[in-house]
Order: sequence, then C-alpha cells, then structure tokens
Amino acid sequence: MSHKIIVPIGPYHPLQEEPEYFQLYVDGEKVVDLDIIIGYNHRGIEKLSESKHFDQIPYLVERICGICSSSHPYAYCLAVENILGTEAMLVPERALYIRTIIDELQRIHSHLLWLGLAGHFIGYNTVWMWAWKYREPVLDCFEMVTGNRNNYAMFKVGGVRRDIKDEDIPILKKMLDDLIPAADLFRGAIMDDPVIKSRLKDVGLLTRQQAIDWCVVGPTARASGVNIDIRRDEPYGAIDRLDWKVILEKEGDIFCKTVVRILELYESISIIRQSLDKLPKNAPIDAEVKDIPGGEGIGRVEAPRGECFHYIKSDGTNRPIRHKIRSPSFMNVASDKVSAVGGTISDATLTLAAVDPCYCCTERVAVINKVDNRKVMNGWDLIKLCQEKTLKLKATLSES
Amino acid sequence: MKSIFYYLIFPGFIFSATIGLLAGWFDRKLTARLQWRMGPPWHQNFTDILKLLGKEVIVPQGTKLTFLLSPYLGLIAAVLVSTSLGRSIISPLESFGGDLIVIFYLLAIPAVALIIGASSSRNPLASVGVSREIKLLLAYELPLILSIITIVIKCKGALQIGQIIQQQMIFGSNVFSFSGALAFIVAIFCMQAKLGIGLFDIAEADQEIMGGTLIEYSGLPLAIFKLTKAVMLYTVPLFIIILFLGKDLGPIFLIAKYLMLLVIMTLIKNTNPRLRIDQVLRFFWRIPTILGVIAVILAIFGK
Repeated sequence: MSHKIIVPIGPYHPLQEEPEYFQLYVDGEKVVDLDIIIGYNHRGIEKLSESKHFDQIPYLVERICGICSSSHPYAYCLAVENILGTEAMLVPERALYIRTIIDELQRIHSHLLWLGLAGHFIGYNTVWMWAWKYREPVLDCFEMVTGNRNNYAMFKVGGVRRDIKDEDIPILKKMLDDLIPAADLFRGAIMDDPVIKSRLKDVGLLTRQQAIDWCVVGPTARASGVNIDIRRDEPYGAIDRLDWKVILEKEGDIFCKTVVRILELYESISIIRQSLDKLPKNAPIDAEVKDIPGGEGIGRVEAPRGECFHYIKSDGTNRPIRHKIRSPSFMNVASDKVSAVGGTISDATLTLAAVDPCYCCTERVAVINKVDNRKVMNGWDLIKLCQEKTLKLKATLSES
Repeated sequence: MKSIFYYLIFPGFIFSATIGLLAGWFDRKLTARLQWRMGPPWHQNFTDILKLLGKEVIVPQGTKLTFLLSPYLGLIAAVLVSTSLGRSIISPLESFGGDLIVIFYLLAIPAVALIIGASSSRNPLASVGVSREIKLLLAYELPLILSIITIVIKCKGALQIGQIIQQQMIFGSNVFSFSGALAFIVAIFCMQAKLGIGLFDIAEADQEIMGGTLIEYSGLPLAIFKLTKAVMLYTVPLFIIILFLGKDLGPIFLIAKYLMLLVIMTLIKNTNPRLRIDQVLRFFWRIPTILGVIAVILAIFGK
C-alpha cells in the first residue's frame, strides 16, 4: 500500500508572500490530491465600504490589493457611474484616456512582477531580478504621474483626480520605448530556453473545458483557449477606440500562461502609446457628480489577473448600502484543484503560482461554530445569508 | 601533533572552511552583480556562521542522537578529504596507494550524513528532500565514477592521488586530450550536483520544499552543515583540478584554476532554472553517462 503524506504549502511559505494554505496529499513525489484553505487575512472591506461615503471608497478599495490597485477603484467607479448612467456619458474624454493609460501601466507592472516571481519559483533568480529591474521605470512613471508607486489614488467617480502633464508625456513614451527591448529579452530568454521549456511545457495543464468548468478568468483562461477579455467584451475607458488584440493560446499549460502574459506586455505598451497620442489637449478631467440616486450598478474591469467585478447598491444617501466585490484570484485559485493534481511537488508549486494568485483580494470569511469545533459556510449558507440581508434591506428601504 | 595540525588547521578544517566561505562569498557577489544587485560584504558568510552559533538549537521529538550527530559525520568526512588532498599537493607521495578510492567514498559521506540527519527529523518536507537527495546521489555517482576511471586509465592505472599528479607533471594535464576533455565536462556536471547548486539545487529547493533536508535544523547543527557545504565547495573543485588540471599546482596557478571552476559554476547556476528530480535522473543517466563511457573507451585506446 502506498503511504500518503501531507506536504503543507503555507500558511507561511517562501513560495507565496501572503498567508494561504495548500495541503498537498503526496504519494512519493506525486501529488494525488489538493486542499485549498484561504481566509487568513479577511479584512471586512465590503462591510467597511458601507460605512464610508462614495468619495472615500476608491481609497479603500485600492487597498484591497497593492498590485491591482487601479482595477478595484476603476471597477468601483464604473459601478457608481452605472447607477448614474454610463461611463462614456459621464466622464470627459481626456479622463477616459488617462484611466486607460493608468490601467494598462498597471498591467505592465503586474505582468513583469509575475514574470519575476515565476522565475524565482523555478529557481531562476536572474530572471526574477532582471524582471523587477525593468519593472522599476514603470513604477517611477507611476510616481511621476500619480505621486505614488502603488495605490495611485487616481480614480474618482466622474473622472480622474490628477492630470497627466504635457511635459510628462515624452518621459512616459521614452519609458515605453525602453521597455520593448526588455520585453524582447524576456521573450527570447523564456520562450526559447530549452531548460525552461522542459520545466514549463505540459505542466499544470488546464484544458479548455476545465477552464470553463472552473470559471477561470483573465490570462489563465486565455492561455487555455477561452476567448474572454472584459476590455473587448464590455469596453470601458477609451479602449474601444484603440487598436489592439486579445492574446490567445491553446494548450493551457504554464508555458502558455507565461507566453500570454509576455505578449500582453506588448499589447499594453501599444495601447498606452496610442492613448498618449490621442489624448485630447486642454480638456477637463472630471465631471462634477453631486448626488448618487438610489439604484444598483455593476462595474467590470479586466484586471491583470482577470475580471474584477464590483456591485454597488445605493439608497440615495451618500453611502452605499451594499458593496460586493468579486476579484479574479478567487476564481483562478480554485482551478489548481485540477491543474496541480497529478504532477510532482515541483510542478505543483509552479502550478499554484502560475495563476498569479493574489490572496489579499481573495479572502473570505469563515464562520466558526464553537459547539462542533469548526464550520466553514457552504454555498447554500451564503445564499441564505444574502437572502436574509436582502429582506432586511427591503424592510429598511420601505420604511424610509 | 603534526597530524593534528594538518587536520585542524592547514590544510584541514580551518584553512578549507575559510577558503570555502570566501568562495561562497565570491559566488554570492558574482551572482549579485549578474542580477544588478550589490551583493554582501566579504565577511558575510563568516558572520552568518557566527550568528548561527549563538542561536537556540531546536531538536524535534524522536531520534535525538542521529539528528545531532550526523552534521559532524558530514563535516569530518569533508575535512578528511580536504586534508588528504591538500597534503597530496604539498608532498605527492606521502599518502598510501589507493587513496583515490577512499577519497571518492568520503566525498559521498556529507550527502549521506544529510540524508540520515534529515530523515531522523521526521518532517514531511524533509522526507521529500531526503528522497530527492538519494535520487540525486544515484544520478551523479555513476558518471563521476566513469570520469574518474578515465583518469585512472590515462595515468596508467594509478590509484594514488600523488601518482596522478606526478603523471600529469610529466605528460601534461589530463584535460588536454579527447577522453580527458569529455571526462572533464562530465565531472563539471557531477561537481554541481554534488554541491547541490543551480540546476541541481533540488534537495533544498527553497520555493518548493522550504529547504527540504535542512528544514528542521537550527543553531549549531545548521552551522555545521553550512560549514560542511563550505568545505565541500573548496574540496570538490580541488579534487577536479587535481584529476584534470594537475600539471601546475603552484599557488597562483591553483587559485586561477579554482576561480575558473567557480566562475563556470556560478555562470551555469545563474543562467538556468532548477530541474525536476526525474529530469535530473534522465539527464545524468543519458548524456553524462554515455559521455563517460565514450571517455573510458577513448582512454583505453590511448586518445
């Protein structure tokens, strides 16, 4: 009989910087089963959001994650603008372009960050250091434009908070020009290296059907041949006026996930260049938004890791009464259950990292029942909880 | 008294550990410069060891004796090898005939010590590391034996390190012949696997199994393992130099050859990711083993 042991990855592990817990059930080196346990870092953002007024929430939601710190406020702003009308109706032209520029800059820095980490995980620290070195000018540009390296504080309902100055545009363009050789370097170093190929090819396979079944989003889905991209399917900002394409790969292994992210770097660079050229001169950057009427709105943004979804319900006061967030990693991490099982431990650790997991946006609450030790709420419990809450809301709304 | 001096100070423990720690710093500094970093100061490795000596030793429940003794086993074996290699360079014919075989076996002891110590810690990650270390040992030993046999044949059956050195002093370094060059390439791969760096950093694999074999070690025993690694980093390249580049072993030539091997190792380490254990087995049993067999055959025909 084979003897199964548990290899723990987490709650603290050099593989991932954030608290999470993967239990690998291994038979020798082979992973036969996987348990994913999250919830070590629940911060109650949704509840906090209900106690803040509409102008404060962008600052709160961009702290959900330091890496996608423009996607969350963007999705939130879209949701609020959805209550008022549409983004294109409300937001001035120049602000649309600035929003797109910030969003794509963030994608570049996030993909470079992942690329470096992926190099670190396969023990190729040179790629790690080099990727992060080339990421640094992107962050410098962020600092120049927004004042911060992360948590940009650029978004507000109805526009953006800061303008991109005309004298900054050549610096941004030069940074993009310098980034192309760096991207070429990584394309050459990773896509043509036989040793890297032997580590990544046919590892952590997620077929197209599995990707659909497990509802993965973003580059993880596109690497498996699922053709989804919110930027194309439901355009926001100025993205539909620009020329770019969705990167698609078929096989669904880690190599494809890497290729998708590297090629998306080029698309993002091209999008930013076009936006900088088309940026309307001397135009306003925000529209004044006074009152948010009662109603519901959703905002969807293609974050670097996939679809980021925000739902806002307003009752006409200056605070939302419900704010629901669904972040991409929450969908992607679950797919490890199919892609990591069957490989070796070395492959499993890579597979866990290949979806670009970001736990701080993934954390959910676990309810602990003191009588029978521990109970995590299942889907039905959560639905019941939601229904009760909706009933309560309806009651308060009908009173007022 | 004299032999105590040889074993403890020069060319034994103190000397080889110092050189090894300095070589470790050289490796770290070169790596850092390749990765656009500053790198640590020269005394960093010494400071690390010193710091570890002051830390608490945590011993897992169970087999305390093997857990605490195995680090010393590895260190003693490594120091024995470094002493006898060093003495062989200074006075080639002092040693006994057949010390090549003894040294080859002693070089495997540090890995065995690591295996014994780690498996007595009863940690699941350590057990994964142990199984990887054993497979790694199985993978590189055969090609290494083949490349050593090539040298023995080339040196007319000499099984004594001193004789091999003298042969090379007369007829030139072994590496400058077809069979010698092939065996040298094989030995460079085996050397990296023995030292567990770069492509073959599998048994420790920080990002996969959190240091694997060393996971339960802390304080003094960990420092001993680190020292063993340092001594090995001095000893194994020295062994390769004696076997393949043994013509001029004056201090300056020796340092130059040693640095050359270090630079080769560091460059390979920094331009390749870590392999998977099954890939390592497949690699060693195919390419280096076949190259080793070819080298042996060529050596028999005197090429």
